[in-house]
Amino acid sequence: MEHTEAAPHAEHATTTGIDHRKMLIWAFLGSECMFFGSLIATYLVYYGQSISGPGPADVLDINTTTVSTFVLLMSSLMMVLSYSAISKGDVKRFRVWILCTAILGSTFLGFQFFEFTEFAHHHQEFECPPALDRPAQYPDTACMDGATHYEANYGLTPRTNLFGSTFFTLTGFHGAHVTVGVIWLLSLFGYSFRRRGEDLIRDGGLNVDLAALYWHFVDIVWIVIFTVVYLIGVTVA
Amino acid sequence: MATIAGVFSRPTRPTGIWAWISTVDHKKIGALYGVTAFVFFLVGGLEALIMRLQLARAEHGIVSAEVFSQLFTMHALTMIFLAIMPLSAAFFNLVVPLMIGARDVAFPRLNAFSYWVFLLGAFILQTGWIVGSSPNTGWFAYAPLTAESFNPSKGMDFYVVGLGVLGVSSVAAALNFIITIINMRAPGMTLMRLPVFIWMTLVTSFLLVTAMPVITVGLIELYMDRTFGMNFFNVDAGADVILWQHLFWVFGHPEVYILILPAMGIISEVLPTFSRKPLYGYPVVVLSGITIGFMGWAVWSHHMFTVGLGPIANSVFAITTMFIAVPTGIKIFNWIGTLWGGSVDLKTAPLFAIGFIFLFIVGGLSGVMHAISPSDAQQQDTYFIVAHIHYVLFGGSIMAVFAGIYYWFPKATGRLLSERVGKWHFWLTMLGMNLAFYPMHFLGLDGMVRRNYTYPEGMGWDFWNMVSTIGAFILGFATLIFVHNFFRSLRKGEISGDDPWDGRTLEWSIPSPPPEYNFAVIPTVHGRDAFWEQKHGSGHGVHAPAGGAYDHDEGHGIHMPSPSILPLITSLGLGIAGYGLVYSFPVAILGAAITMFGTYAWSMEPATAPDEH
Amino acid sequence: MEHGRHPAHPTPMTYLKVAAILAIVTFIEWAIFFAPESMDSIKLTVFSVLSVMKFALVVMFYMHLKFDERLFSMFFVGGLTLASGVIIALLVLFQALL
Repeated sequence: MEHTEAAPHAEHATTTGIDHRKMLIWAFLGSECMFFGSLIATYLVYYGQSISGPGPADVLDINTTTVSTFVLLMSSLMMVLSYSAISKGDVKRFRVWILCTAILGSTFLGFQFFEFTEFAHHHQEFECPPALDRPAQYPDTACMDGATHYEANYGLTPRTNLFGSTFFTLTGFHGAHVTVGVIWLLSLFGYSFRRRGEDLIRDGGLNVDLAALYWHFVDIVWIVIFTVVYLIGVTVA
Repeated sequence: MATIAGVFSRPTRPTGIWAWISTVDHKKIGALYGVTAFVFFLVGGLEALIMRLQLARAEHGIVSAEVFSQLFTMHALTMIFLAIMPLSAAFFNLVVPLMIGARDVAFPRLNAFSYWVFLLGAFILQTGWIVGSSPNTGWFAYAPLTAESFNPSKGMDFYVVGLGVLGVSSVAAALNFIITIINMRAPGMTLMRLPVFIWMTLVTSFLLVTAMPVITVGLIELYMDRTFGMNFFNVDAGADVILWQHLFWVFGHPEVYILILPAMGIISEVLPTFSRKPLYGYPVVVLSGITIGFMGWAVWSHHMFTVGLGPIANSVFAITTMFIAVPTGIKIFNWIGTLWGGSVDLKTAPLFAIGFIFLFIVGGLSGVMHAISPSDAQQQDTYFIVAHIHYVLFGGSIMAVFAGIYYWFPKATGRLLSERVGKWHFWLTMLGMNLAFYPMHFLGLDGMVRRNYTYPEGMGWDFWNMVSTIGAFILGFATLIFVHNFFRSLRKGEISGDDPWDGRTLEWSIPSPPPEYNFAVIPTVHGRDAFWEQKHGSGHGVHAPAGGAYDHDEGHGIHMPSPSILPLITSLGLGIAGYGLVYSFPVAILGAAITMFGTYAWSMEPATAPDEH
Repeated sequence: MEHGRHPAHPTPMTYLKVAAILAIVTFIEWAIFFAPESMDSIKLTVFSVLSVMKFALVVMFYMHLKFDERLFSMFFVGGLTLASGVIIALLVLFQALL
């Protein structure tokens, strides 16, 4: 195959003309579809099967998660802008945008951390049961003096019920993917200071492109999770 | 300066252990896969022989019920994940780049990584024998038998983590081969000119890439239950243990085709070569392979006919399952059509291939029998199923593996395996195989339940069990003959020359063993059976470069990927993390850190050291 | 032309427009979520449609799948279809069980 490139080890003329690594990331994303598909399938199969609470409607807070979803969507915008910059050889803009992407990604993770701890410490108001039925563990003081309601811990942990196990595993593995993504982005950011980012520019921004595809994929997984687990999950409940 | 080392290092060459540890050469990695997998094949065989000894007589007391459970579980896991799959991987590695006219795979270091991860996953899976508690639930590990409360030993944790690590290896390797096959074909090697073995590798790789994540999710859920007390398979919390069965078999059935499609690919190469005819109906064989791959996704619940999924689900899965017999049957007719009217040269390799056809038909027929769900209700969990699986996996996959070894051994080593010993090996294998597994049909129909460590006297099972045990030992003996043949031929085998079989595909156009760079000049392909076309073709005018043409051109101007230690380091981190997940989380974090360090170093290391020349 | 034939990618302006749509759709989803309960039955359809829309926008424009090699679409849509198939099949099977 004719080849004019100056690179010393230039035997990368491929059958299809597509770079190996770009093909690799797309095939890998196809595989990841199956991974998240199976997690989502488990979540859906077990939806509404928990024997005890709390359920989605008790703990999920659509306001908070809408904001974090927005944050993640905007990180995708930053990502695509950083790729756009590097493919034009603009290292300075690239650095700005990719740092923004990583910051927004970390913000999303912060939201998730906040959310998870909130769920674990979730409190809810309960109606006081008739005195006779009152099991021993109810705080005696809560329902004294003719109170009709009392507040108690109604937290969700992965061990609480089926919802907890499926929810935390699904969103947790998504979060792990975001974490890997943030590390990847920060590595690219750091790498851009080596030889003024020449290595990143040289192959038309391919290195950034690969990270970007991964990042957007993690984003679209979240679009599905947000709809299925949060919006639809709470509405149906 | 790149040294030229064949697959097996010669004592005169400066290789040594480091050459193997740091190799990124697909041929060496293939040899590593092959040898490792064959050792595990012997281990799995030994486990089988112990079980057969135990079952030789009624109420035999050689092993306890618990050890027997561990034996049949580990026998299956070892044979499937540590023998047949990596043996296929060995062929992928050895043959794929040679057949498509490439100098290596697309990602040589990732390829080395896949091997090392496989090795570490294998160690993790086998650790149970050292610490005294191997997995004991059958390879399918049905919940809730795997729950911590029912199965507190570490065996199940090794199962979970071991299979998870092996999954990483499989996916990495499969991605590598997908890219290699799509993107590294020699000029003119269009998709419909690909050798069938390459097609089957491609289909198998797609199955691996898509099926492995499903079992990974199942394993993660099991791990979460066992380690963190989650509820995925906790019936008290409302869980449905059937979910595990679904996740397992959604992976498990494509896995069956992962085991057999490479075998079918090997057969499709061996038969045309030794019939001196092109493969009969090439496009149909390719299409059948693809169809089998697709259909493999739509049949998984036939492993669950007796679960009680209801008549509709059972009917649907029965019909899809029976449909698979169509493309499979088409393939068998095409192989027979290839032999038909050919000048068949009955060397050992085609003998094994023909043996494959016979035995696979037997296994296929019993397969159609339990595709009929009411009939399966009688056969479920009896020795009838054991007979079926061994006819398709031993009679199918392993026979094809031997066919492939006899076929490609000269290419890999430059020497022929002894034909005389090979014939003994073949006929004893046929005898032992049928004695060992055919009686299991009778035993199964007679009601003998599988996975029981013993059976009472007077059930009428004694005779056939004894026959089966004798067959198993003949099989073991035949395998030892092969091992002898292998090592003897490695040193003293007849020199094969570059093209001992008058081969049809490109790997026979280069020296045996191939130089590190495989092809001094990348060939241009003008048709199917590219090398045959070059040798005997009707004047496309492409002259095959003579063997001597390579010598003066030794590596000149060809930059091969440099050896690298980083794949090993990266995978070591993964192995350490695996043990950490079983024993202690700080160790897991340490392992993850090593993997991360390896990944960074890897991404900064150029594939080819700049000053190699 | 060696490394990755880079097809004509959209301009940053297109990216911004897509981002604006994504943000607006997310806002609409949020608003619909708090709509009266009487609308619950159509909410699910609306959520699904909007979600598919966002998904498709990101894949087509940010991941350039609309402009890139067809092979990538085959890999990705293949994985996606298979995953959806498994999810749907499992849901059907479990409905039958319960």
